[in-house]
Amino acid sequence: MRKKNKNKNNKNLNASWLKPYSLLQNYPLYIRSIPAEQELKFHYTVHTSLDVVDEKVSAMGKALVDQRELYLGLLYPTEDYKVYGYVTNSKVKFVMVVDSSNTALRDNEIRSMFRKLHNSYTDVMCNPFYNPGDRIHSRAFDNMVTSMMVQVC
Amino acid sequence: MADEALFLLLHNEMVTGVYKSADQGEVENGRCITKLENMGFRVGQGLIERFTKDTARFKDELDIMKFICKDFWTTIFKKQIDNLRTNHQGIYVLQDNKFRLLTQMSAGKQYLDHAPKYLAFTCGLIRGGLSNLGIKSIVTAEVSAMPACKFQVMIQKI
Repeated sequence: MRKKNKNKNNKNLNASWLKPYSLLQNYPLYIRSIPAEQELKFHYTVHTSLDVVDEKVSAMGKALVDQRELYLGLLYPTEDYKVYGYVTNSKVKFVMVVDSSNTALRDNEIRSMFRKLHNSYTDVMCNPFYNPGDRIHSRAFDNMVTSMMVQVC
Repeated sequence: MADEALFLLLHNEMVTGVYKSADQGEVENGRCITKLENMGFRVGQGLIERFTKDTARFKDELDIMKFICKDFWTTIFKKQIDNLRTNHQGIYVLQDNKFRLLTQMSAGKQYLDHAPKYLAFTCGLIRGGLSNLGIKSIVTAEVSAMPACKFQVMIQKI
């Protein structure tokens, strides 16, 4: 009950997903996927990845800054996914699931995507019409996510 | 500096505005203080999101409190907290000997009974910042001689 993860962005690019999760209760704040019909499939993936996220956070101690990556490797026999995670200091978790066949995506590209997401999230927080803890309905955020996904697709 | 005065004057007007638009009953039972504190809470949440965007991860509670005392306070009030005390069991006392929002008011005991109104927003600020960092707390403030004041933070273990 203590932990909440808001899934903020679930981005699916050819089956990739982004989800920001808030700290306390682990519920999604924002989910987006391309193709949109496959969302449900990824819910499970992302939820299990949250455990890995928690593990890494508690093990960290003096390690580096916010960014972490987690590779879940082959989850299902039919498809490969790479799952990336990012946790802010305010304990919001971003989870991105990318199709493994999309090998063009490099590490620093993923990092810069997470940075952009974090920046957009900060802007959403400063929006007076947004109550922290609600789902994100901001169109600016949507547009940013769309443009990122289009870039990768 | 002009930008310091901006926040100070706006804050004073805010307090006046809240009290003016309140009914008699509200003033007596402290609803105005609660309103101001809640305002500070939301502002604190947004602020902390911006400030911690590029900082390293915090190791523990004490680290977070130190961040509040140094970086957070400096960005908002252009100075650091003068003294941080703790009993290591979840109670922290932040002492500011020259609190920016009170220096214009008086340098001693005059207007002492009005001081709590002007501290409520800042209490909310601290509480909001901590809550977004994952810490539930109760923040209270006390003034014995202006412009020095103490903020007491009680961490609540969930």
